[in-house]
Amino acid sequence: MGRYFAIRIGRAALTIVLVVTFAFVVLRLSGDPALMILGPEAPPEVIAAFRKAWGLDDPIWFQYLDYFSAIAKGELGRSMRDGRPAIQLVLERIPATLALTLPAFFFKVALGIPAGIYAALHRGSGIDRAVMMTAVAGFTVPSFVLALLLVLVFAVQLGWLPSGGQDSWRHAILPIVTLSLGGAAVLARFTRSAMLEVLGQPYIRTASAKGVPWRKVVTSHALPNAAIPTVTILGFMVGTLIAGAVVVESVFSWPGVGRLLVVAVANRDLAVVQCILLLVAMTMVTSNLIVDFLYGFLDPRLRAKGAHA
Amino acid sequence: MTDATLKDAGVRRRISLPAIPVSVVLAISWIVAMLVIAALAEKIAPYGYTQLDLRNRLSAPGNVAHWLGTDELGRDVLSRLLVSIRISLLIAFGATAISAVVGTTLGFLAAHFRGVIEQFVLMLTDFQASMPFLIMALAVLAFFGNSLPLLIGLMGMFGWERYARIARGLAISANAQGYAAAVRQLGATPARIYLRHILPNIASTLIVSTTLVFPEVILMESGLSFLGLGVQPPMTSLGNMVGYGREYITRAPWIMLAPATTIVITTLAVSVIGDWLRDRLDPTLQ
Repeated sequence: MGRYFAIRIGRAALTIVLVVTFAFVVLRLSGDPALMILGPEAPPEVIAAFRKAWGLDDPIWFQYLDYFSAIAKGELGRSMRDGRPAIQLVLERIPATLALTLPAFFFKVALGIPAGIYAALHRGSGIDRAVMMTAVAGFTVPSFVLALLLVLVFAVQLGWLPSGGQDSWRHAILPIVTLSLGGAAVLARFTRSAMLEVLGQPYIRTASAKGVPWRKVVTSHALPNAAIPTVTILGFMVGTLIAGAVVVESVFSWPGVGRLLVVAVANRDLAVVQCILLLVAMTMVTSNLIVDFLYGFLDPRLRAKGAHA
Repeated sequence: MTDATLKDAGVRRRISLPAIPVSVVLAISWIVAMLVIAALAEKIAPYGYTQLDLRNRLSAPGNVAHWLGTDELGRDVLSRLLVSIRISLLIAFGATAISAVVGTTLGFLAAHFRGVIEQFVLMLTDFQASMPFLIMALAVLAFFGNSLPLLIGLMGMFGWERYARIARGLAISANAQGYAAAVRQLGATPARIYLRHILPNIASTLIVSTTLVFPEVILMESGLSFLGLGVQPPMTSLGNMVGYGREYITRAPWIMLAPATTIVITTLAVSVIGDWLRDRLDPTLQ
């Protein structure tokens, strides 16, 4: 068990190192940031000062180590556009994003998991087919198309809801609906197949053969086992809470982290992009780690196997 | 040669027997139509895709001159749609090919060398699978700017980890089987064993993964282009058309509805074909 967790934590740390390396390599391969930010017509002394200020004249391995130690100290650079610390810009935007992604996460789970379980338990029924069709639609309709269709119907045609902005809670409805529908469809499809796989296992047949009431077979034999793969995908969804709304925030002009990222990419504001990248990596790694720990509780086999894993 | 072996090994024997469901026939017809359009886009388009017609701006669909209407500059939506299909499919096919080749190669390398190389490949796959691709793609675009080859290369990094995992797993089990051992004993080089003997045997599973990755590539590219960070004007792609059409959603919703519908039907069609192929071809499900 201890070894199992130690390996997971080691992997998590390794992932962070990889992300930092990725950011560094991409940053350095992309050409001279001084020329990119200041433009080719900038006077040479300004460029020299910029290069000195950003440490661009040091040897590359030195910059790499420097980069690591700066990040470890939480120094993620300043926005090259307005000079404020990038981390501050990003942190300011997080509440707005969470205001969309947290309710959406709740609705996804509340809609998707019961729908998936119900569909699996009533395989082949009308509701099963409806759930599956919705799930397929949820996969094939990209979020920006869904968002625009919702805008077209509820904002343009019916005029019930605003089409963008962040002035009142009514502005949050369409973005949350967009995020929830797509996620619920994915979750329903996933839960359904996890359930179906468990229901086909011999131990389910054994349990019902020895006279356990079906309701009890489902609640104490099928659901706990189907929970394991479902927790994995939930973990991924928790990991995307911070940056999972890039497209939706852009459609609805919602001033969250995703919108900030798109604007920063368009302006090539590298410090901000890199800050968001690292933040997302941290969130993903943390939620994956939590999922791994949860496995330990959900799946006794892993605890036993931990010594060998 | 590989193609012929591939056909003999999997496709012909298994597919020819059962009847093909209507939904799959429709899906295949749609994809074929898309391919024909992609091949002939500029020849069958009634107008040049950048050709302006300022007197007929934002004209509604259904008139004889412009079947699908025109956009804010009077450009023919149908012509733009046809060219967009070509660009989007080009990116999707290019990217899927790159990611299949890269992923399968890495998977084979991991299976062949084991040890440190295998651990390294597995670490990379874990890393790729745990980071949201859109964020990484945006970071790369922020740093490198944008061009069509870069975009195809970038999208080619999407989904490689799935091929790598599958190829590694299957190649390890194939290596343990008699046929691989036999050709190895006959003195075949590793490259020959993997490409001529193992690859054809595991191709069906890889093809199924392709049909799962392909629609996601289309969605990812159209998402990026929608955000204005993928295909850049004056070039056009399906996502790009939706992105720019969105500004006219009140007055001229057809500008975005035409490409949006195309994206949805195309991804749906590939998914339908993929599900069907998986049931037919994937030996692990039989």
